[in-house]
Amino acid sequence: MGEAIVITSGKGGVGKTTTTANLGTSLALLEKKVCLIDTDIGLRNLDVIIGLENRIIYDIVDVLEKRCKISQALIKDKRFDCLYLLPAAQTSDKSALTPEGMVHIIEELKPDYDYILIDCPAGIEQGYRNAVAGADKSIVVTTPEKSSVRDADRIIGLLEQEDMEPPHLIINRIRNHMVKSGDMMDVDEIIQVLSIDLLGIVADDDDVIKASNHGEPVAFQPNTRASIAYRNIARRILGESVPLLSLEEKVTFLDKVKKAFGIKK
Amino acid sequence: MTSNKWITIKGTRDGLTLFMNDQCAWNELLEELGEILSTKHMAVDEPLITVKVELGYRYITNQQEQTLREVIRKHNKLVVDKIASNVILKEEALKWKEETDVNLHNKIIRSGQVLEINGDLLLVGDVNPGGKVVASGNIFVMGNLRGIAHAGAEGNKGAVVAAAHMAPSQLRIAEVISRSPDADSEGAPMECGFIDSKGEQIVMDRISTVARSRPDLNAFERRVMNG
Repeated sequence: MGEAIVITSGKGGVGKTTTTANLGTSLALLEKKVCLIDTDIGLRNLDVIIGLENRIIYDIVDVLEKRCKISQALIKDKRFDCLYLLPAAQTSDKSALTPEGMVHIIEELKPDYDYILIDCPAGIEQGYRNAVAGADKSIVVTTPEKSSVRDADRIIGLLEQEDMEPPHLIINRIRNHMVKSGDMMDVDEIIQVLSIDLLGIVADDDDVIKASNHGEPVAFQPNTRASIAYRNIARRILGESVPLLSLEEKVTFLDKVKKAFGIKK
Repeated sequence: MTSNKWITIKGTRDGLTLFMNDQCAWNELLEELGEILSTKHMAVDEPLITVKVELGYRYITNQQEQTLREVIRKHNKLVVDKIASNVILKEEALKWKEETDVNLHNKIIRSGQVLEINGDLLLVGDVNPGGKVVASGNIFVMGNLRGIAHAGAEGNKGAVVAAAHMAPSQLRIAEVISRSPDADSEGAPMECGFIDSKGEQIVMDRISTVARSRPDLNAFERRVMNG
């Protein structure tokens, strides 16, 4: 029996979809059977980020309105056998998706998968309620910005009213040089305000955007900082205890030599 | 003329005090009061006299209080200052108790959440930015106060707001509102906000000084003493 985890944030643009794609990929790399569900009706892009856009034939609304079977709508990833996507509808009416429908779909998927990751739309209205309806656990994504932390706080308040475990936190797009100069909130400060368990931190990395544009989540890359961070989060979801990744840039021996000679600061 | 059976009159510097017997019938009391007042003739040029009525262990309804005031007021040199009784209704006592109870809550008030309380609020947890706590009495936050706190929400200007870490976006006491400075302030540990002696604005001070400005913080005792 699988576990359904909703990935949410309240605010838009903090990296819910990127996180969903990368956690799905990382869990699949650890040989877990994973299904991703995009609930952002009308603004779907999880399929774009994992590069399955051109394979969509049926979507979640077709399943709910019984135009197809759930197995027909699921898209198998081109790279593994254990990663599937249930895409959102791009054209249908938003109201086609209901919390009861979501619970039904997730119950149907649970026996076949280890993890079901639900990508939640921004906001706290109907779309949020749909996404949360069938979930057993929740992950809140925030960036180290005041507005984003404020919205995360709001969403945590709402999630605490649901019948599920307390949410976990991922802090995304941390820019270490800005944290150091005091222009960005640091991890401790955010945790102090939100007071929930930290699942992981992800540095702001150009590779993430590059990879998303190529339809290949960054988690596939062997050793960028972001990919290691996502894979660590996946291992923590499986219950391993993995230390947080240091945000410091790696200083190589060559850099030290250069610095010594005043070539590089 | 009948002698004063039920009513004793005492004169003090502040005026007259009428001690009413609390065992006799209400009608007899009113009758006697009328007689006493009509026999005491007062000259036109005498100053106004304030009257305090002590009812002892008698409970009177609002209507009865109205009649009592009318009887006294008929004599135009007398002004009713206060009608005091040693007893109150059970309901009223319960209401007072509710209004002045300390309500303990153990949670985090997050953005968008509002906690409204009748009486004093003791919050073991934080009030996050965007969150709000409202109490008809005092507010004590054993955590970070970063949101809005409104004490004395029903108009009690004597209410205070105290926090283990005070960095609110807004403080309200009764109808007085103050906000934090626009500059990003760190907040202060162990602070307390209350309305200054002029009753115009909210001032902040260390919690340890509250005893001086608000010696009667326990509202229940205060109400029982003052009625």
